[in-house]
Amino acid sequence: MILFLLKRFMVFLITLFGITVISFSVIHLAPGGPLSPITDFNPKITPEYRERLVKMYGLDKPLYVQYWEWLKKAAKLDFGRSFSPDQRPVWDKIKERLPITLLLNFLSLILIFMISLPLGVLGAVKAGSWIDRILTIVVFLGYAMPSFWLAIILMMIFGVKLQWLPISGLHSTLGYEEMGLLEKIWDWTKHLICPLFVATFGGIAGISRYVRNSMVEVLKADYILFARAKGISEKEVIYKHALRNALLPLITILGLSLPGLIGGSVIFETIFGIPGLGQLMWQAVMARDYPVIMANLFLVAVLTLIGNFLADIGYALADPRIRLGDKH
Amino acid sequence: MFLIKELLKNRLGTASLIIILFLAILAVFAPYIAPYDPLEINVDHILQPPSLAHPLGTDLLGRDVLSRMIYASRISLEVSLVAVGLSLVIGVVLGAIAGYFGGWVDLIICRFIDIMLCFPTIFLVLAMVAYLEPSIVTIMVVIGATSWMGLARLVRAEILSLKERDFVLIAKTYGASSLRILFKHLIPNALPPILVSASLGLGQAILIESALSFLGIGVQPPTPSWGNMLIDGKETLEVAWWLSFYPGMAILITVLAFTIIGETLQEILNPKRKER
Repeated sequence: MILFLLKRFMVFLITLFGITVISFSVIHLAPGGPLSPITDFNPKITPEYRERLVKMYGLDKPLYVQYWEWLKKAAKLDFGRSFSPDQRPVWDKIKERLPITLLLNFLSLILIFMISLPLGVLGAVKAGSWIDRILTIVVFLGYAMPSFWLAIILMMIFGVKLQWLPISGLHSTLGYEEMGLLEKIWDWTKHLICPLFVATFGGIAGISRYVRNSMVEVLKADYILFARAKGISEKEVIYKHALRNALLPLITILGLSLPGLIGGSVIFETIFGIPGLGQLMWQAVMARDYPVIMANLFLVAVLTLIGNFLADIGYALADPRIRLGDKH
Repeated sequence: MFLIKELLKNRLGTASLIIILFLAILAVFAPYIAPYDPLEINVDHILQPPSLAHPLGTDLLGRDVLSRMIYASRISLEVSLVAVGLSLVIGVVLGAIAGYFGGWVDLIICRFIDIMLCFPTIFLVLAMVAYLEPSIVTIMVVIGATSWMGLARLVRAEILSLKERDFVLIAKTYGASSLRILFKHLIPNALPPILVSASLGLGQAILIESALSFLGIGVQPPTPSWGNMLIDGKETLEVAWWLSFYPGMAILITVLAFTIIGETLQEILNPKRKER
């Protein structure tokens, strides 16, 4: 167990190093060096601005020195100042948006599991039936649905036609301060229904299909045959014996689905006007606010890495084969 | 050929194949099929609902939505084909090298894949696009460069299991070079799963392209793309539902067709394992 964790931690460190290298190289991606596109595209950038850039990234120094300087600052969460007119430190901008994105992704993750698990089990138990077929089609729809279009359609139906739900922001702007706690919660809920639906829809497809296939495999195993032979009720066989074993690999899938989830934030935060990390990234790209872009890219990758690492540890704790022995 | 025959035995698979063929014909013969010039502005026909003259209505500048969508299918297919082609080259080469040579080469490539997988595709794509000039070529390259990881893993696993087989041993005893064994014997045998992955990849590439175009950093107006047509759709969703409904429908159906073809092929190749 300890050996397993140590190995995983080594991999974690190596991957972290790789992330810093790639984040750092993206800025040197542009043909003709990192400064040319900035000056080419942004007429507002004066020679004085250019100088600031050169100084900030130390672009006059050799590459490894630049990398080292950037790394030292990144470790202290110092990503420089934004190029936008307010010129605030990048980390301050990210700090106020991070909790919103994390909260939304956490909520949609919970929803995805609450919906996918029963759907997947249902599909597996009734494998081959018409229910299974309908579920398969829903899964395909989930894979193929352009989330931004789904968002627009939801806005059109619930926001414009029926006028049931607000179509933008996290909460009302008018009269929000005077609301009681319950009213505030209700206000947030109403604003979040559409974005969460969009964030959840695609995820359900992948996870429910995974649960289904995993369950189908497990249900064929000898110990299930044995459990049935003992005369245990079908319910108990499915929920106590099969589901537990089918769910184990799901912990890893959870980790793997993180980048997709966080990536989805860009789309639904932009469309629904939610002030999170995804919207910040989009705004930064539109304004070519390079310090913000760099910091965002780096942070999101590190978040994913941490998520994967936690999933690994969770898997090790849940699987007795790893917890007790050292097979890895 | 065998795959296409098997695919035609499946009803959903056949339907998807027909949709893709239909789309390909639309794209290739767009100038002859489209009823109007997709760029022609007509101020007298602004935001007209679907009618006989304009079956899918007109947009904010009076342009015919159907014609724009037909031309947009060109862009979408072009971008996805080139992007997937690029990701095939990167993925197959890296995966094959890792699987065949093993050892530290394998270790480095696998780590690199793990690292790349930590970046959510859309963030990586956005960051790269911000440093490059937004153009169709940029989109193709960036999507290709950020979507090869799954394929590389798949090819690596295939090569790992194939290289232990007898025909490789025989080729080796005849003195065939590593390159020859890889490209003449191993990769052709790994082709079926690669095809599955390519079909699924085409759908995903169209999704990313249209998302980028919708966010305003993909295909730039006035060139029509299903994604950037939706920008107008979002602005006018209170008055003109057709502007957002039809282009989105086109994306959904196309991606659905590629996904179903991929999944059906997967089942044909490997009836036991139905995962993605």
